[in-house]
This record gives sequence, C-alpha cells and structure tokens, in this order.
Amino acid sequence: MTSSSDNMLAPSDRGVASRRRFLTASVGVAGTVVAGRSLAGTLADVPARPPGAPLSGHGERSEYVHLGRLPEAGPGMRKVDPADAINSKTPLDKLVGIITPTDLHYERSHSGVPDLDPAKHRLLIHGMVQKALVLTVDDLKAMPSVSRIHFIECTGNGWENWKKADPTLTVQNTHGLVSTNEWTGVPLRFLIDLVGKDRRSTWMLAEGGDGAGVDRSIPLTDEIMNEAIVAYGQNGEPLRPSNGFPIRLLMPGFEGNLNIKWLRRLKFGDQPWMTRWETARYTQLLANGKAMQFQLRMETNSVITSPSGMVEIRPGYNRITGLAWSGHGKIVKVEISTNGAKTWKEAQLNHPVLRKAHTRFQMDWEWDGKPTKIVSRSTDEKGNVQPDRKSVIARMGENALFHYNGQQTWAVDAAGRVTNVLA
Amino acid sequence: MSLRRNVMLGALVASSLVSPGFAYDFGRPATPDEIKLWDVDVRPDGKGLPKGSGTVAHGKSVYEEKCQACHGPNGEGGVKDRLVGGQDTLASASPTKTVGSFWPYATTLYDYIQRAMPYYAPGSLSVDDTYAVAAYILSLNGILPEDGKLDKETLPKIKMPNRDGFITELEFRKITNPR
Repeated sequence: MTSSSDNMLAPSDRGVASRRRFLTASVGVAGTVVAGRSLAGTLADVPARPPGAPLSGHGERSEYVHLGRLPEAGPGMRKVDPADAINSKTPLDKLVGIITPTDLHYERSHSGVPDLDPAKHRLLIHGMVQKALVLTVDDLKAMPSVSRIHFIECTGNGWENWKKADPTLTVQNTHGLVSTNEWTGVPLRFLIDLVGKDRRSTWMLAEGGDGAGVDRSIPLTDEIMNEAIVAYGQNGEPLRPSNGFPIRLLMPGFEGNLNIKWLRRLKFGDQPWMTRWETARYTQLLANGKAMQFQLRMETNSVITSPSGMVEIRPGYNRITGLAWSGHGKIVKVEISTNGAKTWKEAQLNHPVLRKAHTRFQMDWEWDGKPTKIVSRSTDEKGNVQPDRKSVIARMGENALFHYNGQQTWAVDAAGRVTNVLA
Repeated sequence: MSLRRNVMLGALVASSLVSPGFAYDFGRPATPDEIKLWDVDVRPDGKGLPKGSGTVAHGKSVYEEKCQACHGPNGEGGVKDRLVGGQDTLASASPTKTVGSFWPYATTLYDYIQRAMPYYAPGSLSVDDTYAVAAYILSLNGILPEDGKLDKETLPKIKMPNRDGFITELEFRKITNPR
C-alpha cells in the first residue's frame, strides 16, 4: 500500500480533463462536465492578473465548477420532480479524495426535511433506564465529544442494477447513495451511562422528529454501543437539515436508515419493536419468498468513479480511480481488472485508510483502444471480498432490492465510450 | 512544557479515575406525563397499544376520507403503496409486497398509521380511527371479517399470513451485552 500526495494533479491535457459526456441528454440537474481541453494555447494567452472580487462572508464554489446532487425516486425512476424524489445522490464522478462536501452528502428522507428550531428540539431517553432524561441540543454539546470520519450508505445504493443495467447511468445514478463525512457528537455509551441503562436492555428504539417519525430498533451489541454517536456536527459545522439538523444518530458501518435523522427519542427495551421500516420496508426478499430481516451491516464494496458511466476516454494513458468501503472495518486491498474480470491487479490505496470510511484507490492504465470492461473489487480487514454479481444474485435472488454490493462493471467500446453493464 | 504537559496529563487521568463520582448535570428528569406524550411505539406483544377500538365499517369511512386519495379505492390502484393483495407473489419475478402479503405483524399497522399517516397530517387520527383504519385494511386482505373490530386485546392476537416469512440475520438473533 502506498500513498501519493500529487495523484490529483493529472496533466490537464489528458486524464480527467479530456473526458467528456457523450450523451448530454442523460445529464441530470447536476449539470454537465465541460472539461474540454485548455482554452489557453500558449502562456501568452493566459489572462492577466487584475485585482479580484471583494472578500466575502461565505466561500462559494468557483463559477467554473458545477457540482450538484441528483434527486431520484426508486430504481429506474429518474428525472423526477424533486417533490416526488425519495433520495438525492452524491456526484461521486466529480469528487476527489474521501470526504464528501457537506452540501453534496447524499440524502434519503422519508417525509421531507423538517424545519427544526434547535432551541425547541428535545431528545427524550427513557425505557429500561434508571433515570429518564430530557436533553437539549446545548446539553449534548456540553458533553465530552468525539469526531469520527465514517461513510453512511443507503441500503438502496446500487439498486439500479438488481435486474438489468441501464447503459445511460452514471456512477452518480448507480452508487450516489454513499458519502463520507467527519461527524462530531456524544458517544452513545456516554448517554447509556448517564441514564443508567438496565443491563437486561438489549435493543434500543431510535425515533426521528420528521413527519414519518421514522423509527428503527437497534441491537445493542458491544460494537454498536462503542461506536454509535449522537451527532450534531458534520465536517466541522452543525448538521445540514437534510442530514438531520440539529441531531442525528450515527451508526458507523450500518444501514443508512439506522442513522436516525432529527433524532428525538431513544427508548431502551429488551426486544425489537418490529416497526414498519424493519419489517415491510428494509428487509431482503429472497428468491424463495422468505425475507432476511435485520441485515443491518453494509457490505464490502467499491466502485470505479473514473472513468465511469457516460464518459469517453482516449487510447493510451488513463488513470483509474474510485472508492472502496466496508461496514466491517478497514479496506486492506482493492483489485482492478481491465479485461472483464479475467485477471486482476492490485490498486494503490491513498492514505488515510480509515475504518468504515471511504478509501480512495487508483491505478495507471494503458488502454489499447480495444473494447473491454473495467471492474474493481475490494477486500476488508475481516477478509471479506466484494462478490461478483453472479454470487450476489445466487445468494440473494433478484428481488432483494437492498444491499447490492456486486462488483460494478463499466464497459468501454471501441470509441472509448464507457457504459454501465451488469458484468 | 513537558512538565506542564505531564501535570495536565496527570490531571486528566485523575479526573477520569474519579469520573464515576463526577456530578454530571446534563438535562433534566423526564416526567411520566411528558413521556406519555411521546411514548407511542407499539410492540408485537401489544405493549404500547392504547385503550380504544375501531370497527371495519367505521374504518372504511375514515379510509375513504383520509387514505384513498393516495392508496386508491379498496387499498389498491393509488399513487402510493398498495395495501391489498399480492399473496403468493413473493417468490415470483414480480413480487407484490402489501400489508396482506408481506407484513409479519398487525401491531406494526397500528404503530405506523398513528405515527406516519396520513402523510400530510401525521398523528392526526384519533385512537379509535386508527384502530378502525387498521381493521379495514386487514378486512380488505381477508384477515378480519367485515363485521370485525379491533382493540388492544384483539390486535396483537391476529396472525398475519406472512408471519413466518422472515429470517433474522444470524449476527442479531441473540444480543448480549455487558453494559
């Protein structure tokens, strides 16, 4: 494993900058990638240096940068009115490093984004405890805090490819329901000790203050009690409303919907509540008609973000890069195949490589101009290897809907066009 | 510097050693009355179900007024989730997951309706109306007779058709913790 600090400085006349979208019709609200060749031919053509704009109270993105999330509904239901969207996807193809910009962190909301005044918000902790407490946001901020860099992933990430592969999809469409941020808040175990949890309590109900009152039963394993956080900070600032302002539960490595946003209640009990979300919704329908329940951990996963769906590459040098993550812990290896999973080469992992967080990988590739397929597969510290599509389908059938972590294949045709395919 | 750091480190260790006796004063005790306001969850054994009752017949009128616009007449054909039918489709290529075909517990229906429905006015249904709408949806699925009625005693006793259709992930079948 090596790291490289200059890996994002690709020569401007090749690599990322030379790629362009080949079907503008498919480009969503995120906007287009312009990225043509440099407009300045010689140094004499580079514009002079006039005084710049006045300093401002808010650092906006450059007018030359177009980044946006993509609101979508269920599989195949794209280009929907934002009012009908159920999630909004992160533009993984346009991001570098491992941290997702705060405003681009993916969102899944079940009843819109509530407008919560932190001064009026309360967290009730009760049930099998010695003393039930009502906490304000200021109470939480006054407690000992931790900051952790973790991914959150929607269980539906990858669900576009369960049954078929739409060739017009970008990596934002296929994998945009995962993001990595730094989260700051109070360790759950501190709150558990504060209220004096009954040792016989083995499950905790977490409930949000949104219209749906989304609630999930959370098993109180050692791992979860040690790692869960009641978070109020996101990348150094208060949570964004779409990510649970003023407080949310953070459940490193587990289903996105367990990371209850707009958290307002924690109740300790000794069995799961069997809420709608953990019975009717976030369960995995198998081929035999039975459903897996409480499949809570997010699996070992990876995806090549560049080159990826709907870009065009040129023969010769190309740098392959992408993200890997696992709910089991650290990523230890990412392999890349540039011949449709026939042979594999180990990619370089960029530091830092953190537990339950995005890991950036990259590899140099000399494309010979012939049609081929590029694929990545990751391995985590527990020895889990990201399965190929065939293995996922053999185990889960095609109706499971959630937890699709099959290796993502991008086909490259003779013209250099990159498209989403099943394998 | 290093001496000062050691002193501070020492203080830190000392304070963490005595922390069990530290007088944390975060928040305030929750009163039983205010807990009642928010303690709305319902478990499969019926714990949490309030006093009250509702009939299928009353549920039909509540449904037509408050639910039908999204869920369609008789629980299907609406723009939002289908509530009826789908039995024997779960192992097919196009499974239809409804209350009747998929939901394992009838108590979940009460819990979900009272907390999340109707979408534009969650929590607005009375206890009796909630029991009634749950009864009506169950009757549409042939799980409750047309003259049926639900309350906190009868609702948990209903065995849903797909009650045994779920397999708990091995890792979370038995939870033990030392805290």
